[in-house]
Amino acid sequence: MLNRFMQMRLRDLVILAVILFALPLFLNNPFHYDLATQMAIIAATVVGLNLLVGFAGQISLGHAGFFGLGAYFTGIMTSNYGWSSVPALVVGAILVGIVAWIVGRPILRLKGHYLSMATLAVGFIIAIILNNERALTGGPDGMPVPAFNVFGWELSPFGSYNLLGMELNGSEAWYLFAAVVLLVAVWLAQNLIDSPIGRALRSVHGSEVAARVVGVDTARYKSLVFVVSAIYASAMGSLYAHFQGFITPAVAGFDFSILFITMVVLGGMGSTMGVILGAVVLKLLPQVLADFQELETVMFGAILMLTMIFMPKGLLPTIQMAVGKRMKKKAGGQA
Amino acid sequence: MFAEFLQYLFTGITIGATYALIALGFTLIYNASHVINFAQGEFLMIGGMATVSLTAMGVPMILAIILAVLLAGVLGILLQRFAIAPAKQADVVTLIIITIGASIFIRGLAQLVWGKEYHVMQNFSSDEPIRIFGAVLNSQSLWVLGIGAILVVGLVLFFTRTLIGKAILATSMNKEAARLVGIRTQLVLMLAFLVSAVLGSVAGVVVAPITFTSYDIGIMLGLKGFVAAAIGGLGSGIGAVVGGLLLGVVEAMAAGYISSDYKDAVAFSMILVVLFFMPRGLFGAKVVERV
Repeated sequence: MLNRFMQMRLRDLVILAVILFALPLFLNNPFHYDLATQMAIIAATVVGLNLLVGFAGQISLGHAGFFGLGAYFTGIMTSNYGWSSVPALVVGAILVGIVAWIVGRPILRLKGHYLSMATLAVGFIIAIILNNERALTGGPDGMPVPAFNVFGWELSPFGSYNLLGMELNGSEAWYLFAAVVLLVAVWLAQNLIDSPIGRALRSVHGSEVAARVVGVDTARYKSLVFVVSAIYASAMGSLYAHFQGFITPAVAGFDFSILFITMVVLGGMGSTMGVILGAVVLKLLPQVLADFQELETVMFGAILMLTMIFMPKGLLPTIQMAVGKRMKKKAGGQA
Repeated sequence: MFAEFLQYLFTGITIGATYALIALGFTLIYNASHVINFAQGEFLMIGGMATVSLTAMGVPMILAIILAVLLAGVLGILLQRFAIAPAKQADVVTLIIITIGASIFIRGLAQLVWGKEYHVMQNFSSDEPIRIFGAVLNSQSLWVLGIGAILVVGLVLFFTRTLIGKAILATSMNKEAARLVGIRTQLVLMLAFLVSAVLGSVAGVVVAPITFTSYDIGIMLGLKGFVAAAIGGLGSGIGAVVGGLLLGVVEAMAAGYISSDYKDAVAFSMILVVLFFMPRGLFGAKVVERV
């Protein structure tokens, strides 16, 4: 029974749901909830990026560009033009998808380091535009973003809500919302991975030439997954903007792009649960290291380096391998 | 009108020469080990910052520069030995993240030792600018160009005339074969990082009087060097020099004639245009992929 459960396709999703809904037992103030909400939104972004990096084997060093575009589209449309949140999020995601498709076709012909260079350039160009178009974006000072609203109903970190008789404050409500969003993001990603598209992508990762030889239209699949991951980033950028209530061009910046790709690699490329773990770890680490004050940067760099040197496959796959080995040993001993 | 153009050209060539040196550093390491070293910019920072702080302690400039370059060189060797070598089986992205971790680590150390302020460095020779056809040329620019040219010529001689240089080339072409003919490839890789760190730190020292220097100056300069190397075609020495100069001049022209806010955007658009038409950069070798 337990074994069959462990082999279930949606096992990861169930485990994740249990963790997400059990987590509030350990969160006891709005600050914790806000941190967890940020983690969930960023994790969903990284789950999207992982489709590109972990499954199709393409490197993007500019994904924050798409995240920032989504955030700013939402910010500008909801605060200056009075749009409601959902249409702003959807239209933003579609536009970013189109942008990604246009830049993706020529870029994805590139290999390895040239691809990382090109995606880095795209991210930089987006951040520079957001920085300089002051009339629209407020420039480096940033811009305020109104609360998330659907048909006049508002989800604000400062509100208070009632869910099935439970009293929730704004931070708790946002956390539950973000948790559901993350579950949906993972479910969609899992479905994509298990579809024929996912198999085609993995073949591209294995060997692009071999994939082409057996008739996989590699260019089409690569741009498709690039667009999908950009849409993930844009939609999560929109939510992030609403949640934070204030955005600056840093959300589209190089540091953020690096953070995203680092989460993927640190957590474990190609493992959806792994990259979520990567997001959690890299979001928590600065909180833990903040106590060390000036030593924070040095320690962050050292931890990043050491983890990647000693666990090149990433945190979760390495842990799973270690646990798997031990379990096998145990089973072998009993038989 | 002409004076203006000349002015932008001077600025462009000066900064372009710096980019070229950084790009050469990238190229060297890339050729020897196929790693893109995102910590390359930190060598520049170390060069500039160490020179500034040593001269402030009363060490004569020339000695300070030598010590700073040595420090960067040691750092380069340590980076190869303790961060890159143990992870040689890792994925390309994993290696990128390791070098990013290394650059954060080095930057953190620099911030601890030297603080977050900007530091000013004296010109090597007089502060008196030189006037040519109405354009002003900082005397330091001549130092940048002169030392840059000497380094490039030195590198060419090193790779064509010395046994060690040829050993690096051989390793970059085929590591297994190089080992078979008795080249100690691990040593060669360390050497490549050493030379690359020396190049970077020298560039950092000569350009510091013009740009000032601070603990985080390496991020942007390093990225520009990567852009220059990619424009020229990763792995090509001529490409790195041409790419660096081209990037510097285009950037200066864009800042002068279009808008200084968008000069970086122009640099990054240029790389997209180049890669669009020449996916392996201007001088990149065409390679056949083995399956």
